[in-house]
Amino acid sequence: MKRYDGRAVVDGLDLVAERGAVTAVLGPNGAGKTTTVECCEGLRSPDGGRVRVLGLDPATRARDLRPRVGVMLQDGGLPTGARPLELLHHVAAMYARPVDVAALAERLGLGSFARTSVRRLSGGQRQRLALALAVVGRPELVFLDEPSAGMDPQARRAVWDLVGELRADGVAVVLTTHLMDEAESLADRVVVVDHGRVIAEGAVRELLRSHDDRTLRFSAAPGLTLTGLAASLGGGGVPPASGAHGEHAAGEHAVHEVTPGDYVVTGHVDPHVLAALTTWCAAHDVLPYAITVGRRTLESVFLDLTGRDLR
Amino acid sequence: MSSPTGAGAAPAPRRVLAQTRFETRAILRNGEQLLITLILPVLLLVALVRTTVVGLTTDGATRVDVVAPGVLALAVMSTAFTSQAIATSFDRRNGVLRLLATTPLGRGGLLAGKVLGVLAVEVVQVVVLGGVALALGWQPDPSGIGAAVVAVLLGTAAFTSFALLLAGTLRAEAVLAIANLVLVVLAVAGGILVPAGALPGPLAAVASVLPSGALGEALRAALQDGVLAGGPLAVLAGWTVVLGALAARLFRWSS
Repeated sequence: MKRYDGRAVVDGLDLVAERGAVTAVLGPNGAGKTTTVECCEGLRSPDGGRVRVLGLDPATRARDLRPRVGVMLQDGGLPTGARPLELLHHVAAMYARPVDVAALAERLGLGSFARTSVRRLSGGQRQRLALALAVVGRPELVFLDEPSAGMDPQARRAVWDLVGELRADGVAVVLTTHLMDEAESLADRVVVVDHGRVIAEGAVRELLRSHDDRTLRFSAAPGLTLTGLAASLGGGGVPPASGAHGEHAAGEHAVHEVTPGDYVVTGHVDPHVLAALTTWCAAHDVLPYAITVGRRTLESVFLDLTGRDLR
Repeated sequence: MSSPTGAGAAPAPRRVLAQTRFETRAILRNGEQLLITLILPVLLLVALVRTTVVGLTTDGATRVDVVAPGVLALAVMSTAFTSQAIATSFDRRNGVLRLLATTPLGRGGLLAGKVLGVLAVEVVQVVVLGGVALALGWQPDPSGIGAAVVAVLLGTAAFTSFALLLAGTLRAEAVLAIANLVLVVLAVAGGILVPAGALPGPLAAVASVLPSGALGEALRAALQDGVLAGGPLAVLAGWTVVLGALAARLFRWSS
């Protein structure tokens, strides 16, 4: 069963977030992530299209949505003169049934800087406070814009745990992030946005699978003659070095020397292929000094989708 | 940690009250704000009453009876205009206005909290400055207190509108400079401390239609003579309408 919790359409951009799930919106700088999320938060009105959050239009039903939607802004939005614990109590007072402020502060480790003014906090400390403000009112839907930017690994772990708990409580979590490992470990679904539209979406696993499963890399002396290697990987045997020219043989495998001495085998990778590679190496008196079998990462999929140019 | 059912907003009066307390504390805790809203007015009050560095035509009244209403008017201007313009412009730049607008407080509650926060700080100012003035021998006309309250409320409305107009349209650094400059210029030549009529030449005519001159005049009329001064109050109402309409039209919530 699917329940549509939030649905935003901006410039042909469809975004559906489900209850009890974490949806990550990924995209290069300027892809339209923050703008889209701000339309859902009621901070911007779209020039066209339809936005529905929890079934309501954020532009006209903001009053009904505000108690049910928690927001963590990218720039924090924290008053610089305020003190963290005081600010958390203040925002909690806006809700009928906020969570226990002391317990939330403890969870996110706000106690160590509870009385330091916001002005003097580090980036990671501000992020933790902003996250606390977003969840203190028991929202049904939370927007987190780059939630763990600038955090040390411990703080990041605490944030990830909290997001996991929100999901378990049935909260719909929408997070935008640049951190691919964050999306990979937190998100149930990933939406890749570029130039104001969705260019890929799905469960993280599906996304990784659809962009082929594994890669095989090895390092050896640069400039190897790769003749016959690709073909031998497919067949599992070692054909005699034929007179065929060209380094990338046909079949389901291809071998590239990506940088001098670093070789990448693309195509189906299984133990037989690995055995065939080492057999080929033995037959050609090549001693690889590193062989790794790796899963594709979300980062490499992301780069394939959005290109490698700097924005 | 939380169950999402049953979440909701706190009642509106509680939200606005919380925001009022928050705004009031923010002003009273900030050193620079405290300097312009309390310390400088107190110093001015004492200096103008106890020294004759600035010549005043008192028309038979004591110096403190002329000076105290003017200093109160200046205090209102410093809180409702300078302090509010600076605080709001930095909140806008730092995204505070956007963040609070996403909580159940909303934009309306945020504005209400700001205005009530200004009034709360003004109460503190009246208590402190009134106390010092009384100690210096001030004898306000009790029959004019109602008129003085009306003048303070209208002056606050006009100056807060002006503050929000600047804070919602200009960069924070520009607001910081302009708000302080305007405070100084109006204090010296705006008819607020020194009656507009005592200013040289054309300045007298200009100052009497400025919100500063009108507020000073209305407070002096109320507290010196117990009179509700219709002209100056009409001037303040006019500025409120014009500046308020402009602020409502041009205010931008994010920078």
